[in-house]
Amino acid sequence: MQLNSRHLLGLEGVTCEEITLFLDTAASFKKVLERPIPKVPTLRGKTVVNLFFEPSTRTRISFELAEKRLSADSVNFTSAGSSVKKGETFKDTARNIEAMKIDTVVVRHGSAGAPHYLSRCVDASIINAGDGAHEHPTQALLDMMTIRERLKSLEGLKVVIVGDIEHSRVARSNIHGLKTMGAAVGVCGPSTLLPREIEKMGVTVYPHIEDAMAEADVLNVLRIQLERQERGLFPSAREYRMLFGITRARVEAAGRPVTILHPGPINRGVEIDSDVADSEASVILEQVTNGVAVRMAVLYLLAGGRTIAEGEDHA
Amino acid sequence: MRKNPETIRKLLLRGGRIPDPAGGPDTTADILIEGSRIRKIGKIRTPESDVRVLDCAGKVIAPGFCDMHVHLREPGQEDKETIETGCRAAMAGGFTAVASMPNTRPPIDTRSQVEFVRERAQGMLTDVYPIAAITKGLKGGELTEMGELAAAGAAGFSDDGFPVSDSGRFRRALEYAKMFGRPVIEHSEDRSLSEGGHMNEGFVSTQLGIRGIPPVGETAAVARNLLIAEYADSPLHIAHVSTADSVRLIREAKARGVPVTAETCPHYLVLTDEAVKSFDPNRYKMNPPLRTEADRLALLEGLRDGTIDVIATDHAPHTVDDKDCEFDVAAFGVVGLETALGVILTHLVHAGILTPAQMIGKMSVNPRRILRLDPIRIAEGEVADLTILDPDVEWTVDPKRFETKGRNTPFAGETLKGGPFAVVNKGMVFVKD
Repeated sequence: MQLNSRHLLGLEGVTCEEITLFLDTAASFKKVLERPIPKVPTLRGKTVVNLFFEPSTRTRISFELAEKRLSADSVNFTSAGSSVKKGETFKDTARNIEAMKIDTVVVRHGSAGAPHYLSRCVDASIINAGDGAHEHPTQALLDMMTIRERLKSLEGLKVVIVGDIEHSRVARSNIHGLKTMGAAVGVCGPSTLLPREIEKMGVTVYPHIEDAMAEADVLNVLRIQLERQERGLFPSAREYRMLFGITRARVEAAGRPVTILHPGPINRGVEIDSDVADSEASVILEQVTNGVAVRMAVLYLLAGGRTIAEGEDHA
Repeated sequence: MRKNPETIRKLLLRGGRIPDPAGGPDTTADILIEGSRIRKIGKIRTPESDVRVLDCAGKVIAPGFCDMHVHLREPGQEDKETIETGCRAAMAGGFTAVASMPNTRPPIDTRSQVEFVRERAQGMLTDVYPIAAITKGLKGGELTEMGELAAAGAAGFSDDGFPVSDSGRFRRALEYAKMFGRPVIEHSEDRSLSEGGHMNEGFVSTQLGIRGIPPVGETAAVARNLLIAEYADSPLHIAHVSTADSVRLIREAKARGVPVTAETCPHYLVLTDEAVKSFDPNRYKMNPPLRTEADRLALLEGLRDGTIDVIATDHAPHTVDDKDCEFDVAAFGVVGLETALGVILTHLVHAGILTPAQMIGKMSVNPRRILRLDPIRIAEGEVADLTILDPDVEWTVDPKRFETKGRNTPFAGETLKGGPFAVVNKGMVFVKD
């Protein structure tokens, strides 16, 4: 099958078949990564630019590694802060990329919709690596891949996203992807960090973490940005942990098996305690491994356009 | 080559419909204009050979339209607009008058600044009525010299774009302005609620992950401003109303006898925040932002029942660079002078929401009344200040053909039914192609 778009701007509107194709292809690439020489020539001759307008270590490294494993030529453009402060407009940056004949652009930007804007001005395939608080589709894909590995299927699962939903692109992409795949999605966090009318996205809102944990098969625990405290959105890390922290006691009180994800980096002892983050229930490091495989799959499917069955044998 | 207005020696408007402002049946008549005055109305037979005849069959002749909320950007931001290009846009859009907001660089807060604006507009077909600042430098502190500003020709006072946050200052501004019979026009926004937002806060902002401008940021300020105007018993005009709750509060205040008037803009009447899903700030980013369908319907109801007196455009031209960028980096505002008549005719008049006479009320009679301008009468011996509408012309909005320097319109590419046909003012006539 073919994807419906040459870009991956978000998971909103991406079909169940497409998500399954991404996840299945990623599973094949994961086997490549386990080989002694974990590299395939699939994207030889293709050029990918990683355009990062926000500081990011893990997502950028994950993409870079995925590009190298696929033998693509990749270059990095990193600029902290907005393009305006830097003196060159985003539009000019886009035009430069166009002039350099790039095949695929991986873009991380602080403004929601920046990848959509880019897709209108350049000819390359665009992969959204996180736009403001809007979407982070490859993160949601790697989350779904990790859940599927552990629990076999996404359908019928209850996944609760915990923390700062308002400012989270991870939450939005997870909601779209998981619902498409037949999971039930809940959100739980301080009422000041739940966006208006979030329930209209088809999620259950849990005001109390205990109620969420009593029903959840999976918890996706978001990083709490301590700067939100200064904006008056919550009073302290201490009270946050008291009300929403994932602690050993809460996991035990829930009395059911739970799989715990976290997109990283972790604030240990704030949103999650170390003895939970490092426990059997946690799949946080599997997420990191799967991140490379998922990004290989996305790069491959968008750039190559062939399904794995039609292409060379990667397994 | 841009078309210029022609000087009138003798102009015969043949067979136009003249709506009765009182709501009675239209009359169809010929109007003979000599110089700047209406000489004769009625059945005018064979015109003398030196009379320019304009066939107005099927056209609607109205007192000149007045857009009481525009940004002409001069002085200081002439790359966005000048008084000349803004006046030309007004003329091409069917307006014979505009009231220009003082948030220029420097702001219009002294006599010489008011005089500068008026001087620059001399010779244009469009009348420009400067609105002067409420506070010096639009900083929300000391009051401007309103007495002198009014004497120099300021038609009202506003710190538009920089709401007066200090309630005590705002009270004194209303009380002081009242001495000069000029309204205070307030952009009602509590910045402590709205700061940092880029679109309406609601389900769509939740979906898009864009920081919201909550409707209560407007409504809370409207509530405060109404209470202060009531207490000070001073005329207050509320600019660009966008929320259902603002409409309700203004309706209740009017019922209590508060001396308040209100305006809204064409974009709030026909668009909602759903449009922002395109992430296109050139078309859909303004402040206040596009709200929800419930708000839109409440605004229409407010127009119908008289709660909202005026349709103004909040014409806010920007350069391409200010608008062709990331949504949360782009400037706020859209242009409106050259699309307002078409949009209102298409979506309100042809849709049966407003009658042509009500449209004339909202876009000519009421803004002039609020600004204490002389009423325009279409009668023999009166000054000829006219907007002639073609209610049936079909046309497509093409920003490249605008007179304004701004290309930031939500309506680019839209096909509209109805628009301006001609304007007459100051002894000049401009006829659209």
